[in-house]
Amino acid sequence: MTATATQLEIDRDKGDFKYEESHKYDAGVGLNEGTIDYICDVKGENDWIRDFRKRALKVFEGKPMPTHWATKDLENIDFSKIRYYLSGDNRSKKNWDDVPDEVKETFERLGIPENERKFLAGVEAQFDSEAAYSNIKEAVSKDGVIFMGSTEGLMEHPEIFKKWFGKVIPTGDNKFSALNSSVFSGGSFIYVPPGVKVSHPLQAYFRINAENFGQFERTLIIADEGAEVTYMEGCTAPKFDTATLHSAVVELVAMPGAKIEYITVQNWSSNVFNLVTKRAIAHEDAVVKWIDCNIGSRLTMKYPGVVLKGRRARGEVMSIALANEGQHQDTGAKMIHAADETTSNVISKSISVGKGRSTYRGQVHMPKHLKGCKNNTECDALLINSDSRTDTYPAITVRGEENYVQHEASVSKVSAEQIFYMQQRGLSEAEAMSLSVNGFVNDLTRQFPMEYSVELKRLIELEMEGSVG
Amino acid sequence: MSQSLEITNLNVNIGDKRIIKDFNLTIPKGEVHAIMGPNGTGKSTLAKALAGHPDYEITSGEVLMDGESILDLEVDERSRAGLFLAFQYPMEIPGVTIANFIRAAKNARLPDGEDLNAPAYYKELYEKMDALKIDRKFTSRSVNEGFSGGEKKRCEILQMAMLEPKYAVLDETDSGLDIDALKIVSEGVNALRGGNLGALVITHYQRLLNYIIPDQVHVMYDGRIVKSGDKSLAEELERKGYDWIKEITETAA
Repeated sequence: MTATATQLEIDRDKGDFKYEESHKYDAGVGLNEGTIDYICDVKGENDWIRDFRKRALKVFEGKPMPTHWATKDLENIDFSKIRYYLSGDNRSKKNWDDVPDEVKETFERLGIPENERKFLAGVEAQFDSEAAYSNIKEAVSKDGVIFMGSTEGLMEHPEIFKKWFGKVIPTGDNKFSALNSSVFSGGSFIYVPPGVKVSHPLQAYFRINAENFGQFERTLIIADEGAEVTYMEGCTAPKFDTATLHSAVVELVAMPGAKIEYITVQNWSSNVFNLVTKRAIAHEDAVVKWIDCNIGSRLTMKYPGVVLKGRRARGEVMSIALANEGQHQDTGAKMIHAADETTSNVISKSISVGKGRSTYRGQVHMPKHLKGCKNNTECDALLINSDSRTDTYPAITVRGEENYVQHEASVSKVSAEQIFYMQQRGLSEAEAMSLSVNGFVNDLTRQFPMEYSVELKRLIELEMEGSVG
Repeated sequence: MSQSLEITNLNVNIGDKRIIKDFNLTIPKGEVHAIMGPNGTGKSTLAKALAGHPDYEITSGEVLMDGESILDLEVDERSRAGLFLAFQYPMEIPGVTIANFIRAAKNARLPDGEDLNAPAYYKELYEKMDALKIDRKFTSRSVNEGFSGGEKKRCEILQMAMLEPKYAVLDETDSGLDIDALKIVSEGVNALRGGNLGALVITHYQRLLNYIIPDQVHVMYDGRIVKSGDKSLAEELERKGYDWIKEITETAA
């Protein structure tokens, strides 16, 4: 191995790893107006964006941490030590031969395609996806679909972008949406014209660009009247990761009769704070479905929501969260009913392993003047090992007598006797645990696209292997 | 190398309590042995200790499977080495179908990176289910979830048939079964009998042994075998009751 090997840190249990990095553009540590000017200058942004960012910074600074309801662990984030903008990656000098065999094996086991492995290993600064991306882009652009990075979208399509940007999730929604609004970069912009049904899922994979990916992503997806689109976000490979704070904002707009499905499978390394705001507006007869799988991270706080603004709009959230030793998954869903005959469905499954902790927070809101609204919420928790912890905080405000709400919650355990039984059939302890977990999420994952449920299954296996001493 | 499951001077504790006491038994491959005894005498403890349950501490003694000690092996390693335990109370595994469970267990027996051939697997599974008179629809049900007592026991026998162990311990397989279920389960066990399997059938009642005719019967009392004989011993025991065993044990002591 060459000298790079000495700069490499590997968590052999999980396959997370990182190299020393250097970047062409680096806003330095800490956040102030100067940071924002630096970002705007590097990106060549218009003044309205600069103003938008600076206003957001004030809001961010003015808002307290939400520790009156959320975990105190948030106080451990030191905003003055974070790098808010990095791009122009210089790490491409690394050689594939320098990547340790363990990491290569992990990629092998996860079934990551060859060309993507090099990117994920940090060998190539730019994931060699240009070809795949332009094919997809070309295919969909025939129908007038816009699919690009949000930075590009902001420049090239301000007339669409500005109309919806920050409207679903206003800057001041919460402290982290304000943070994102001040320093966002990366993320996707998608516009699907009326009546266009995009047949293949659009994947974030295809548009990863030179911008440092993921840290403060801003995604905006608009499906115009009667349009349909599925978007897949995330990456199930162990992450090449130096950033410890990820705070994305994702806004979806489903115009009348439109359908949007947004799928996330994320596998964060265990030092990451993953604080994400995701919300959709569903107009008349529109359907928005969030499928959200969270594995890893130190703390994830994420409550995908749908504002059911038009009559007969429907919102769905299906989520799976796995909290391993030392991790806290604080996830849930928000369904804001704002029109008659709107329906929503929330199915949440959480798994806590060891001292891993999972929390479900759900909000269902139906005001008094509405009629014929329905919500169904199911949250199931699975505990593996007795010191795991799970909490459920449903906040249901339902007024009016013609609305219907149903809430079910269950907690089950994988007992030592179950593990013994499975081991007696020849499964290792880790295999037994991952089989139980996969059984627990099975009825949900069956509804996922095939490739995602297969990847999720593999991820759970890897995660369980890591959790057995 | 001796083709047998050989238990020598085995002592097993649960917590501080000694349950199995200087226990000796050899089951040659190809034979079916039965252990009978009153409740609380250590029959199930023996079964679980052999399988390697972590709550059962083996304080001394030896267990050899075809000449190799299994005591240093993990639970799953003992299974893969060829030891099968049919549980008295099989556990439920919600969301995991029987087909997937048995498949995972068979996959665990393959070298790393190799995967079971799916069509061949299902062919074998269906053949064995037919032989055991188990409805094929069964494969898509979650393991033991909502099963009747009889279904659970048949599911155990199906797993045994699919995993083809060298030695099997059947722990009170007859408990909770009506006479029809008992017949079907016994037929299953009898179908698996032969030169490649050594079996230890643990039971409280003699009636199971009307269907599974043992080569030898052992009577267990207070953690050890106190009397052995052929199948007529089971009948004698049924006639005289367990008090007879108590008497002869105490007289001997």
